[in-house]
Amino acid sequence: MINVRNLSKSFGGLQVLKNIDLDVKNSEVVVLIGASGSGKSTLLRCLNFLETAEAGEITIGDEKINPATTNLNKMREKVGMVFQHFNLFPHMTVLENIIEAPVHVKKMGRDQATTLAVELLKKVGLHDKAHFYPDQLSGGQKQRVAIARALAMQPKVMLFDEPTSALDPELVGEVLQVMKDLALDGMTMVIVTHEMGFAREVASRVVMLADGHIIEEGRPEEIFANPKHERTQRFLNQIL
Amino acid sequence: MDFLQNIIGILSEHGLAFLQASWMTISITIISLLFAMIIGIIFAGFKISSIKFLNRVADLYIGIIRGTPLIVQIMFLYYGIANILTLNSFTAGALALSIHTGAYIAEIFRGAVQSIDRGQMEAARSLGMSYPLAMRRIIFPQALKRAIPPLGNQFIISLKDSSLVAYIAVTDLYNTALTVQGENYMPFETYFVVGLYYLIIVLIFTWFFNRLEKKLDVSKPKGAAIA
Repeated sequence: MINVRNLSKSFGGLQVLKNIDLDVKNSEVVVLIGASGSGKSTLLRCLNFLETAEAGEITIGDEKINPATTNLNKMREKVGMVFQHFNLFPHMTVLENIIEAPVHVKKMGRDQATTLAVELLKKVGLHDKAHFYPDQLSGGQKQRVAIARALAMQPKVMLFDEPTSALDPELVGEVLQVMKDLALDGMTMVIVTHEMGFAREVASRVVMLADGHIIEEGRPEEIFANPKHERTQRFLNQIL
Repeated sequence: MDFLQNIIGILSEHGLAFLQASWMTISITIISLLFAMIIGIIFAGFKISSIKFLNRVADLYIGIIRGTPLIVQIMFLYYGIANILTLNSFTAGALALSIHTGAYIAEIFRGAVQSIDRGQMEAARSLGMSYPLAMRRIIFPQALKRAIPPLGNQFIISLKDSSLVAYIAVTDLYNTALTVQGENYMPFETYFVVGLYYLIIVLIFTWFFNRLEKKLDVSKPKGAAIA
């Protein structure tokens, strides 16, 4: 589904990604872990070209993406993204947030988009909040709406950039539950998170980054029980 | 007591003239502001644009206008270019006010757009929206709401700035006050009265803007319980 070859990215003089290779298969749930500054969020943001890498290749589906010639807007319709700070549109209700892109990008009819939105709100357990504004929701509810909003474009892949890091501890569970359901439905997902319990339970593969390199990857039970790289051991010791 | 009688005297004799002059002040202000909004939106776009040339053009315009006094701009358009282009006093006054206020409104709009969290643009783009669509649907509506308070402030400043067109013979409120006090030799009472007229107009504008601000504030809970 996603193939990354030799991806490199710098900010100013600082190289944050160094020759990254990553493959994500259909229905796979890949969790990126690593210390702050290791490049995991940048890698995720490169996948839908919110950041443009200076070297390397990214293939999504069967399409090799070249930011100069590929229609990135069309490509992004297939790649949903959920952000740490939700980024809901505050001037729109929950329902309007969700139907915005289907109606204005996909040119879906309003009625059809609304039906879809109500379905998705049921799925994330918030159909009674359709006419609320984001300011009236808790963090966990906001993030579940953000997930529904991304799903409304019926993407092939979902990217999650620390989706629970800005939440109060008691609200983390409800968001992880929605993500777990999504994984069970067979959605292909790439997730940056510090929720190791979640990674252990849901991930098909855990990828450890340090200093812009992938230093270790494998099934979660291997990585957590038996980390090979000394930096992975140290990282897991600190966080668990 | 004399003071009160003098005020009443001025009002009964010139009340209608001041009312007509108020209308002149209000209309030149509103016309200028409409054009200033258009100029402001265009130059805010220039400033935000990634095209360097347009940035420069906007910087030049805003730099010159903010760097020179309004009275100089008014005189320049009325007398200064009279050889090339003769404008009547109302047109020259309205034009000067439009160009002047436009520079400030451009900065207000630019600031409002840039104050919107960049996560909003990222979220819009990640949903497949093009840059112009994201601007139109996501950024501008939020920026406009944020621009209302400084715009209201600018409108009030413009209303009072419009008094400078009196010097090119537009019969606005201030011009009328100059004429009246030239006849009655009562500067204290006359300027008191004209001040009152300005104050009332400003209060009406303020009330209107406060209402607009409240009306546009849709994202705040309207009595619904916070869930």
